[in-house]
Amino acid sequence: MSTDKIVVENLYKIFGSNPQQAFDLLKKGYTKDDILRETGQVLGVDNVSFSVKEGEIFVLMGLSGSGKSTLIRLINRLIEPTAGNVFVDGQNVSAMTRAQLTELRRRDMSMVFQSFALMPHRTVLENTSFGLEVAGVAKKERERRAMETLEQVGLAAFAHKRPYELSGGMQQRVGLARAFTVDPSLILMDEAFSALDPLKRREMQDVLLDLQREQRRTIIFVSHDLEEALRIGSRIAVMKGGVVVQVGTAREVINHPADDYVRAFFNGVDTSRYLTAADILEPDGVPVITYPYLSEKLENIDIDEQGAFLLNEDKRVHGFVSNNHELARCKTGAAKPLAAPTVPTDMPLNELMDVLMQSHRPLPVVNEHGMYCGALCHTTVLKTIAANRGGA
Amino acid sequence: MSGQIAELVTWWGSHKLPLGHWVDTGVNYMLDKHGDIFNSFGFMIHWFSGEIENGLKFLPVWLLIAIFVILGLWRVGLRFAVFTLLSLLLIDNTHFWDQTVVTLGLTFSSTLISLLFGIPIGIWAARNKTTAAIVRPILDFMQTMPAFVYLIPAAMFFGLGRVPGILATVVFAMPPAVRLTSLGIRQVNNEIVEAGQAFGCRSTQLLFKVQIPNAMPSIMAGINQTIMMALSMVIIASMVGAGGLGNDVLASIQRLDIGLGMESGLAVVLIAIILDRITESFGIDPQQSRVTPFARLKNRLKGVTG
Repeated sequence: MSTDKIVVENLYKIFGSNPQQAFDLLKKGYTKDDILRETGQVLGVDNVSFSVKEGEIFVLMGLSGSGKSTLIRLINRLIEPTAGNVFVDGQNVSAMTRAQLTELRRRDMSMVFQSFALMPHRTVLENTSFGLEVAGVAKKERERRAMETLEQVGLAAFAHKRPYELSGGMQQRVGLARAFTVDPSLILMDEAFSALDPLKRREMQDVLLDLQREQRRTIIFVSHDLEEALRIGSRIAVMKGGVVVQVGTAREVINHPADDYVRAFFNGVDTSRYLTAADILEPDGVPVITYPYLSEKLENIDIDEQGAFLLNEDKRVHGFVSNNHELARCKTGAAKPLAAPTVPTDMPLNELMDVLMQSHRPLPVVNEHGMYCGALCHTTVLKTIAANRGGA
Repeated sequence: MSGQIAELVTWWGSHKLPLGHWVDTGVNYMLDKHGDIFNSFGFMIHWFSGEIENGLKFLPVWLLIAIFVILGLWRVGLRFAVFTLLSLLLIDNTHFWDQTVVTLGLTFSSTLISLLFGIPIGIWAARNKTTAAIVRPILDFMQTMPAFVYLIPAAMFFGLGRVPGILATVVFAMPPAVRLTSLGIRQVNNEIVEAGQAFGCRSTQLLFKVQIPNAMPSIMAGINQTIMMALSMVIIASMVGAGGLGNDVLASIQRLDIGLGMESGLAVVLIAIILDRITESFGIDPQQSRVTPFARLKNRLKGVTG
């Protein structure tokens, strides 16, 4: 359906005096530590491959020193790769000449920096139109386009101020505006919001998501903040020591972390809101009685503890009986089963809690075809929340 | 064994490298064979500095004073402007005005020549490691070789007068311009340079749109230092007949005239302070600059016109 915007193939970066020698050692099976010991050279990015789809926000996540900032600079070749290929729209960036690379950077990609990297001698407007100015767009035209983006990020009134007259959050809005003004299809963001306080960070994430809503661009976003990654990322790549250890959506990474390093990221982070009913339902949590429920063979089921759901033959939920006594009364027709409102599998946890609070009975979870998948009990939901709050 | 060492020591002692002789021979050879080049080069400098000096002399005293006072008011502040006015009036009152103007002319022309070469060399050294490696020891030589030493060959090549004085001054005053330009460019925030590259700057665009503007405070500090060193050197250059306040300083030493020495020396100091504060103000980051009366006036005007 969607095409690959960026393909990274077996990318390596070795920092040092003789990267080729270190690369040969690496091919012979030496580890990162061996190479550092033998040659004093540092393996920054180690055999990284991934692809990013058109319109995706792809988050590169990792602790400092994990190579994520190097990797993002290999994509627009601010840093020259030692080996491997980077394709943008099918063109091999690593094989481009200087002139081709300059042309690509002007036309198709831009970048946002952690320290904002605004030019102090230029006004906000001049900073915003910098990319167009470099590309040779006439003054009137580039200022018109810069004003448009400044309006989008809410800074039109500050166009003629200098960056140091603005707060950190506003400065980074200028950084964003500068990146969006050249109208690139690809934006690289290196820890763009990391220097901001948490409130401003959320605000900037919203600005970014708003801009993204207006026109979908491919964004590669470097971050060490898991909540940020989960909030804005379509997919997340977790890096460790120059290696990409896991690539997946937020839910995939949370529910199936590849190793303890990835799991360690969730420490202290509330991941419960990224869980849905499907992640926590228990298929056998509550006994089920298949319709017609008066048949003889059901006699010996004991439902005093949790009650039971009544399903018809298509596995649709018919109702709920709370104990053996009620079941017996239903059998004789003296009582009717209780109504059991269902919840869909993709309902997020925070909404589930609202529903659970209104009733002390377990909730039946149904898939998109209305078929019963399992039960949500109060105790299991509480346990899941406790486990995902991060603790420690 | 010890006999051999003693022999070696004697040999070492009796075989002095004739460094001085080589330089002598080289200078004489250049004078004999290529005297014309020096003549025409010397003439160019003579003409250039003459024009600047004439230009300054052409201005009436009150106008030159007014120019400095207004510059002081614009760049530094009211108190400094008053100081400038009083200093220049004092210089005029002690009858050192003409010599001061000559000294100013010499300082300006040597500074301009120093910057004309110094800034491009600084830029080149910042962008090219080999250039930096070659330039650095030359700068060390220029800065630490006692100034009198190159006054002598300069006078031999160009005769006595303004030209050798200016050339010796250029040699002495150029290094800070080179060093601080180069340092300033190398110290531009790495992410700002990366931003320039990431938005598709070509090499020259990166230099003129990103590196030089961001290195401006450092470059201006270099210019300030060059002016100050030039001023101190043009005084010494009066030994080869460059003229100006240096003549009076020199005369006061020869005649042991303490009063004359103080008067002429004070004129040098006052001029130095005025030039230093004014040029320094151009190097201050716009974010740290003080609000001068001029800026206040400008803001008020802006406020009125909206």
